[in-house]
Amino acid sequence: MISPKLVEVGRHTNIDLITTSEVQSIEGEPGNFTVSLINHPRYIDPVKCTGCGECARHCPVTAVNPYNKGMDLRRATYIEYPQSVPLAFAIDPEVCIGCGLCENMCIAKAVNYADQKRETKLTVGSVILASGSEGYDPSKLDYLGYGKYPNVVTSEEFERILSASGPYFGHVMRPLDREEPKRIAWFQCIGSRDKNKTGNGYCSSVCCMYAIKEAMIAKEHIHGELDCVIFNMDMRTFGKDYEKYYNRARYKDGVKFVKARIHTVNQVAETGDLSVRYADESGQMIEEIFSMVVLSVGLQIPKTSVELAQRLGIDLNQYNFAKTSSFAPVATNKPGIYTCGVFQGPKDIPGSVIEASAAACEAGAHLAEARGRDIEKIKVPDQTDVTGQNPRIGVFVCNCGINIGGIVDVPAVQKYAATLPHVVFTDSNLFTCSQDTQDKIKEKIIEHKLNRVVVASCSPKTHEAMFMETLEACGLNKYLFDMANIRNQDSWIHSATPEIATLKAKDLVRMSVARAATLKTFDEKVVPINKQAMVIGGGVAGMNAALGIANQGFEVVLVEKESELGGMSRRLHHTIEGDDIQAYLKQLIAEVNANAKIKVLTHAKIVHFEGFKGNFATEVSTGSEKQEIKHGVIVVATGAKEYKPKEYLYGEDARIITQIDLTDRLESKGAADLSCVVMIQCVGSRNQENENCSRICCQSAIKNALSIKKLNPETHVFILYRDIRTYGLLEDYYTEARKQGVIFIRFDKDTPPEVTRSEDGIRISVRDHILGQKVQISADLLTLSAGMTAENTDDISSVMKLNRNPEGYFIEAHVKLRPVDMPTEAVFLCGTAHAPKLISEAIAQAKAAASRAITFLAKDAIKLSAITAKVDTDHCVKCLTCVRSCPFNVPVFNPETKVIEINEALCHGCGVCACVCPRQAIQLSFYEDEQLTCKIDALLAN
Amino acid sequence: MRLEYPANIKIIRVPCTGKVDVMLMLRAIQKGADGVYCVGCLEGTCHYNEGNFRCRERVDYVRMLLKEVGIEEDRVRMYNLSSGEGPTFAAYAKEMTEHIRKLGPNPLNKLN
Repeated sequence: MISPKLVEVGRHTNIDLITTSEVQSIEGEPGNFTVSLINHPRYIDPVKCTGCGECARHCPVTAVNPYNKGMDLRRATYIEYPQSVPLAFAIDPEVCIGCGLCENMCIAKAVNYADQKRETKLTVGSVILASGSEGYDPSKLDYLGYGKYPNVVTSEEFERILSASGPYFGHVMRPLDREEPKRIAWFQCIGSRDKNKTGNGYCSSVCCMYAIKEAMIAKEHIHGELDCVIFNMDMRTFGKDYEKYYNRARYKDGVKFVKARIHTVNQVAETGDLSVRYADESGQMIEEIFSMVVLSVGLQIPKTSVELAQRLGIDLNQYNFAKTSSFAPVATNKPGIYTCGVFQGPKDIPGSVIEASAAACEAGAHLAEARGRDIEKIKVPDQTDVTGQNPRIGVFVCNCGINIGGIVDVPAVQKYAATLPHVVFTDSNLFTCSQDTQDKIKEKIIEHKLNRVVVASCSPKTHEAMFMETLEACGLNKYLFDMANIRNQDSWIHSATPEIATLKAKDLVRMSVARAATLKTFDEKVVPINKQAMVIGGGVAGMNAALGIANQGFEVVLVEKESELGGMSRRLHHTIEGDDIQAYLKQLIAEVNANAKIKVLTHAKIVHFEGFKGNFATEVSTGSEKQEIKHGVIVVATGAKEYKPKEYLYGEDARIITQIDLTDRLESKGAADLSCVVMIQCVGSRNQENENCSRICCQSAIKNALSIKKLNPETHVFILYRDIRTYGLLEDYYTEARKQGVIFIRFDKDTPPEVTRSEDGIRISVRDHILGQKVQISADLLTLSAGMTAENTDDISSVMKLNRNPEGYFIEAHVKLRPVDMPTEAVFLCGTAHAPKLISEAIAQAKAAASRAITFLAKDAIKLSAITAKVDTDHCVKCLTCVRSCPFNVPVFNPETKVIEINEALCHGCGVCACVCPRQAIQLSFYEDEQLTCKIDALLAN
Repeated sequence: MRLEYPANIKIIRVPCTGKVDVMLMLRAIQKGADGVYCVGCLEGTCHYNEGNFRCRERVDYVRMLLKEVGIEEDRVRMYNLSSGEGPTFAAYAKEMTEHIRKLGPNPLNKLN
């Protein structure tokens, strides 16, 4: 998944990669910093090195391979992993004996034993610290037996065991005897949520999800039966759609979840199995035997990052994460220096990617003035003319690690491809998307004079653009390319029947080859970009996105349906950290109103929308007035609201309220009159109607519970919950709440609390797992932790053609890699319109959306797709069927030339006109009739 | 999502179901496909406004033609779903396959 991103960074002309280096100091001010670097010697020149690997093949010295967590060996001359960027080897000076073999073998003359440590300086405008994290080292926790028993591994080690490029090539085996495990136990919260033993009081946020993922993948990889048990305190699957994944693991794939902390692990001497002792919920000691134990280690900040922060004067919090504030989530204490990823706080990949874009936005603000000054232009070689040439097709079959190769017989598919018409070259690769394979493909195109290329690998949705660029880089028109999806449409779905998967792969390759032979060269039109942005939604996310874009010098129109700015935040008071949301909102609104580049439209409704990336036209009605706004990009920030409960007698009694109501009540009336407050979690979340977790309600409840305890320490507060999900640094507040005497009682989804009303209070009865019996509580107030529901966006969704998930949240282009992009180009997404999130997370995502939008706005022009309709004017009888049929009114009859014209900048490429034309005088480029029928013919030829 | 569905389904990518014309569907049946189905966006959410409605009309037309020449019309169908509905895609694939299994092979194949 990360490979295309690595390749993109590696080939990006605006990115300089400086490896094996450390930052010594940063002097200066925002806009003009001098960074002093120490460049450690690599002993192999990355510019000269071709990554061929001859040096490593001949190196006589073996060393422990840290990339595979020490579970296998590498050479002293090495590359960290096959997809590394830059794809250049290095010599490990710790183990190298200086024999000179690699120097002799290197044809590129890249080896340089005399390489030395150097000091260099860089001038930059902004700095982003993204130094990441390391896994917690559990060897200190001797009761777990890590380091003593070989079959106790960390989750990082288990990741490598599962990996195709790992020590066991993706076969799940235990380290002691290389036997396939029958039962695996995961222990959660190792080095997380444990201040006493490990000093890490926070939740690492990612371990619950990765443990489920590891269990699911292990089950998939193992040939026989595999029993997976995840021992946890709470399952924290709080991200977008994560709960669905958890439910699938639990109810469909049979992963077991046990609420317990582990007492001890002992090895069974004869078998190497592990005997695990734990107390179950009733307090009874239980002993179970597992073939393997995986320790779900948490994330922590490495010592080297702490030292770096000290050198730079960056403030850290008590757990060594960079100190940031709720309303400026990526800014450090040093102006001009930003941070993102786990160095900012524990988080998962989408969160890190969002923050990375947010940091890029902040960093970009200091560079806006100098934009484009130091940019290199990409030179694409002139295109080779292939018209009139017979097709010479090259077929590249991908193993995708073992994703394809583990199921489909790749050599057989390659051999079969070679027998197909016009195929003159075939090859197979471990990862076709890796940088070295891209280079290899270029070489083969030139060497074999290929004029059509077929890649049989994964989805064109994610990889087609990259392969097309590879074609362009060696002078071949990018439309002379076709992809056979033998992973997503084959190996992934037919993993149980490898023979059938191989047959299908051959069919798909045959179809692609047939189509490749019919492909033609197309030129892409260049169109200018409108440098104005439109932001839809004037809440905290929308306003931050607008400011982010305006601060880099672009005009913004901010559209809000209500009469004033602020959105949902107008109902909120404080963050859990105690920051004043109303004060922030006031300042934010003032900033937006004062910014000359932002035009705010209130009472606004979007009535019409058309156009394409860089050139949109939106009609907005504000009451009686209507206006058309031209803009180049869109940011969608339509928000979400609190769920209005149908459960627990809500609305029938004034003493039954939601968390937002409770905050209002505490702000206005305090808690002096309250002797008992009960809160029920997961109201309107994690149920039949809304399968997902609403992410924010656990912290809302704890925020209010702490607030009650502060106002009136005598008030009894009970929180009835299913899992407490105070992820990341929020865990401290959960710990604090327990310290303050807030009582937490867990209940099961199937036995929810029962609520009845009486004169003297609301009666809540719930079964306590620890006591093993029903508990009755009489409360003055029952607070329902109502989840979030998306705003009603039916109108916007249908006018603008933006897809939503079944819960009404907009769908991003890629959950992990493109969490703020929408599938339609130049349309971005942020805040709670994407999924429930905290205010700090909404701000980060808003800045991220601004940053992504600026990648368009900063350009003067873009290339359009060549996939547009073309009229054969000789055969056209001007019947005007196309004119009447086009959903976008693109074809027009030109009375002067007397022909039908289709403007390719306006054409959406849907192909409707091509289908309705009675004379078949219109063809959709790249999907011409022949280019589709040949696929049918090829498929059915067997 | 790696959801399993029958391997006898092969996908031909088009920019929009609005690009699927009558000839394309008939060609597949003529060349021996036992069934053809078009999967478009949910009605009302077509990325190109109305392509999926056009496709449905054409599917109905093809069904009428098949009926006229004595081929089971139900070999050709139209399904709608959104890009966020992987499980539904797999369910439709299974449904279509089971349905075609019941109908048996394309009668045109018996002629050959």
